[in-house]
Amino acid sequence: MARTARVLPGFGPALGLTLTWLSLIVLLPLASVFLKASSLSLSEFWSVVSAPRVAASYRLSFGMSFAAAAINAVFGLMLAWCLVRYRFPGKRLVDALVDLPFALPTAVAGISLTALYAKNGWIGQYLDPLGIQVAFKPLGVMVALVFIGLPFVVRTVQPVLEELDIEHEEAAASLGAGRWQTFRRVILPVLLPALLTGFALAFARAVGEYGSVIFIAGNIPMVSEITPLMIITKLEQYDYVGATAVAEVMLLISFASLFIVNGLQAWAARRTGRDR
Amino acid sequence: MKRSTLFRALLTGVAAAALSSVAWADQTLLNVSYDPTRELYQAFNAEFAAHWKKTTGETVTIKQSHGGSGKQARSVIDGLEADVVTLALAYDIDEIAELSNKLPKDWQKKFAANSAPYTSTIVFLVRKGNPKGIKDWGDLIKPGVEIITPNPKTSGGARWNYLAAWAYALKKNGNDEAKARDFVAKLLKQVPVLDSGARGSTNTFVQRNIGDVLLAWENEALLSINELGPDKFEIVVPSLSILAEPPVAVVEGVAKKRGTEKLAKAYLEYLYSPTGQKLAAKNYYRPRNPEHADAADLARFPKLDLITIDSVFGGWQKAQKTHFSDGGVFDQIYAPGGK
Repeated sequence: MARTARVLPGFGPALGLTLTWLSLIVLLPLASVFLKASSLSLSEFWSVVSAPRVAASYRLSFGMSFAAAAINAVFGLMLAWCLVRYRFPGKRLVDALVDLPFALPTAVAGISLTALYAKNGWIGQYLDPLGIQVAFKPLGVMVALVFIGLPFVVRTVQPVLEELDIEHEEAAASLGAGRWQTFRRVILPVLLPALLTGFALAFARAVGEYGSVIFIAGNIPMVSEITPLMIITKLEQYDYVGATAVAEVMLLISFASLFIVNGLQAWAARRTGRDR
Repeated sequence: MKRSTLFRALLTGVAAAALSSVAWADQTLLNVSYDPTRELYQAFNAEFAAHWKKTTGETVTIKQSHGGSGKQARSVIDGLEADVVTLALAYDIDEIAELSNKLPKDWQKKFAANSAPYTSTIVFLVRKGNPKGIKDWGDLIKPGVEIITPNPKTSGGARWNYLAAWAYALKKNGNDEAKARDFVAKLLKQVPVLDSGARGSTNTFVQRNIGDVLLAWENEALLSINELGPDKFEIVVPSLSILAEPPVAVVEGVAKKRGTEKLAKAYLEYLYSPTGQKLAAKNYYRPRNPEHADAADLARFPKLDLITIDSVFGGWQKAQKTHFSDGGVFDQIYAPGGK
């Protein structure tokens, strides 16, 4: 890195402060998780984290988080597009509504979603005759995760869309590109890095979510238990070490998926020549 | 030299004054309890404070904390300074003793009647008119009956439910463990939602309108009926159930440090007094000494055959290990291909 003159000096102290802060807030708690779990031998560790119930919970937690993040990527993009490109009455209100899942206590979200989608709820009563059950089924888990993940995609895509001039699209059209071509060749490549970031954030948040999911999941072993519930279950048996072992696996999978997504995002950015 | 002695004397004087002012200041007591005792202790704390003032002249402020029993026990283990704990099951206090050494191992012998001044049991809450005709445990596994109970892995109350069902099946089948296991497995297959706590299950049954029968603590069932109106639900008392003994204990490690030992002991002993027993009955707990309670309150507790966890399951430690620990019977029932 070349040393250039900067308006504000102080690279050294700033980096030092950053690292100290990160260590205190992020690394220290994580290290304690690894330390606690390290009192298990490798075979004990493996038998804890690969027990059938725990394994089923990984499938549910990561599978549903992935599905929810994918749904959010599609609909979040649409929402962001709407908010940036069109003017309509109540736009500011809609804009503010997007952030609501950030602010609402997750337990409140979980209880209201359950009330809506239960057999006697506003929405549930119409779905039930169709044979669709949402509350207390794995599908309910996904609904809750879609709810909490929405703002992440919208808020990461929105600023990039705002930067993207409408002239690009007009230019593409004047050069004879169809609508689909314009979207796929002109708009999507520019948005992709931001979209991937939003996806990754929504995914990461969904994996760790407990409060809202627990009310709607049903918590039937092997079917609708999320991994954070397995951790709580172990704590409830005073099995601190087992709980941290499962937490460690969650951390590793989450970290690996975030790492992959970040890599993808860097690749997409390089490909389109946009450096974020 | 002289000056320094004087100074030291002065300092001692100040320190003594400060100390005595501490002793004279209002004492506080923290009671860490579980969810459904909130109303009971609100009433009891006021009575006890008045009683303490009258007998000793000291003012005492009692704080109460409520939550899931296991979670509350973990808070105490992790350092929450509870003078007394009043939890849902002996196992949780056992673990405090085991993991933090703030309690002697024989804590349950410190107060009368297994340190449980009041008891409860497990009953059924059904919808008005009892449309599925549920009269006893055997009716629960009839096809088409949906049962609501919390997850025994996360809820102390659910463990009582599970053990009560097990005890019924044992008695019915001449102590055949395999048949008891079949019965409980069948019962669990008819549970559509395992909430993480007892209050969550009550909500699912009452607000979400899911299930035909809720397995509940008697005190919770009575409270639900009282609050939601007897026109919607009724209680069915099975032929046999389990004697639930929510125990109390002084957390000696904390009380010693805070100088509240005498107060904490008196507080818990007062639960056994006529006033305490009367309040327990009023708040839907079965009093140990029913002669002190109002007849109208007692009329709410029908007689039934009650077994104890010690006689059928050999105590909490053993029951926990056999049934609810990882890989235990509960896990085996839900394991793929298990029954």
